[in-house]
Amino acid sequence: MAKRVAQRVEPMATDTTKDYTVVIGLEVHVQLLTKTKVFCGCVNLFNPENPNVQTCPVCLGMPGVLPVMNREAFRLALKTALALNCRIARFTKWDRKQYYYPDLPKNYQISQYDLPFSHDGWLEVASDEEFSEKRRIGIIRVHLEEDAGKNLHDETGRGTDSRVDLNRAGTPLLEIVSKPDIRSPAEARRYLEELKLLLTYLGVSDCNMQEGSLRCDANINLHLQEGDETIATPIVEVKNLNSFRAVELALQYEVGRQLDEFRSTGHRLGDVPKQTRGWDEKREITFGQRGKEEASDYRYFPDPDLVPVTVSDKLLEEIRGELCELPAARRERFRQQYGLSQYDASVIIDQGRRFADYFERVAQECEDGKQAANWVTQDVLREMNQRKVDIDKFPISADDLAFLLKKISARELTTKSARDVFAELLAGADSGTPPSAGRIDQIINERGLALVSDAGQLEGVITAVIARNEKAANDFRNGKQAAIGRLIGEVMREVKGADPKLVRQMLIEKIVGSEEA
Amino acid sequence: MEKTLTREEVEKVAVLARLKLSDTELDRFTAQLGKVLEYVAILNEVNTDDVEPMAHAVEMKNVFRDDVPTPSLSREQALANAPKTDGKFFLVPQILEEV
Repeated sequence: MAKRVAQRVEPMATDTTKDYTVVIGLEVHVQLLTKTKVFCGCVNLFNPENPNVQTCPVCLGMPGVLPVMNREAFRLALKTALALNCRIARFTKWDRKQYYYPDLPKNYQISQYDLPFSHDGWLEVASDEEFSEKRRIGIIRVHLEEDAGKNLHDETGRGTDSRVDLNRAGTPLLEIVSKPDIRSPAEARRYLEELKLLLTYLGVSDCNMQEGSLRCDANINLHLQEGDETIATPIVEVKNLNSFRAVELALQYEVGRQLDEFRSTGHRLGDVPKQTRGWDEKREITFGQRGKEEASDYRYFPDPDLVPVTVSDKLLEEIRGELCELPAARRERFRQQYGLSQYDASVIIDQGRRFADYFERVAQECEDGKQAANWVTQDVLREMNQRKVDIDKFPISADDLAFLLKKISARELTTKSARDVFAELLAGADSGTPPSAGRIDQIINERGLALVSDAGQLEGVITAVIARNEKAANDFRNGKQAAIGRLIGEVMREVKGADPKLVRQMLIEKIVGSEEA
Repeated sequence: MEKTLTREEVEKVAVLARLKLSDTELDRFTAQLGKVLEYVAILNEVNTDDVEPMAHAVEMKNVFRDDVPTPSLSREQALANAPKTDGKFFLVPQILEEV
């Protein structure tokens, strides 16, 4: 499978004598949605327009200050780890990771080294874009650390100073490290999509990549199969990945580049030091960056200012109780409870929690899950995309949509007429008339869309139409099926909104029945 | 006993700490730091076979603060000690990203 993917995306990899597997592990950093920073009371807020207004002696790294752990940050971290099926350490501590960079005022980052608060979890992702199967991607560890500030580099090339904004320094940050279980660039993207969905469901992070609240580094190499021998190429870490699309493209590029490099140099894993490469979004290539310092060079040691944390059964149960229904479970329940296809359930769930809530409300109110799914995944989603609004800003409420769909189930409205009403509700909303149940009834009345399903009301018209069209009725009696169409048309013209199915059925009964009589 | 500290090790640590040491300083610190390590190495004489490794020197655990904002410094205060600023940002010599 890996081979097919790689060849499709990287045509230069044409050497068909080799088979290979792509091996990818992702390191994701997410900022937690706390009110304040992880070790001090400065607000945790994305605020690039006002640099250096959210700092204090603690996050500026002044001597003699004392960091104190934010309880909420630790709870959100536990919640995330539980949702990722991790084992929770009963004893955890924080360490200092030493390195020098202008965005790190203390010259060390408070992180977790040998005793992270959680480890050994997993996340299930779809095996392909059609959601045919699930693949379980292992999670090595999740740990809680502090974010650094932000450097703004001079891009004029004139060698002017870099600027540093420390608003972000000390923001609670989760590092989520996957096992090298990911087997294609597309799977890496799907893993990230599923992870983001989970985190936003939990409400632990807004995962806004533009604002840097979710960032991703990828480790990738190839396992080449040459005869009986498996050869691993050197592992490369790719950074500066600013979107899920960038992750996929950069990894696709790396597959081809590593194949080429192996052919020209023959370098295997261990022959050269681990390389860090950046992603150039404009040129769509990766490029070499500074050599990575060895892990031991960070000279980790326990932070003497922060005391360890122990996690009790009681706390774990409490946090577990706060977990909402997670996306994977909800996807499965939608399939079973509302009879949705895997695909429809996934489309709805992948739009996020509020969208799924909207669907579920419509489905429950109109009592037809499939109908609700059709409308929500097609009509609502299409209009949302066109208007570039999310479901919270969509003009038609779930209750109003359910009110409309119920009329289809009750055979008071055809699906086609319901679409007209839907379009008119939106047009009305655009010109200042808010949609409502009353407005729906008003449109139906004004436009005469109500389906007449009252047999009594149709009876007289049908008798008259048959009497006026003896020839057509006879033709039908003699097996000319098409003749009925003309009769239906005539009835429909006389009774606006007549239910065509019912009209057809009554016409046939009348014509065939009168012959028998 | 603990092996003696080498000059190369001191050199490496100096690089990591962004310290520029002269040859005489390197010799002096290698000898001095070596003595410190030798002294601390006395601890190796204690039998610790049945002692659980200590993760932290303080016996205290679970100290938290509530997630409640406290006032931050003003920007002027935050930048007050910086060697160079433009009134909004800390300014540092250009950071080179690419090799």
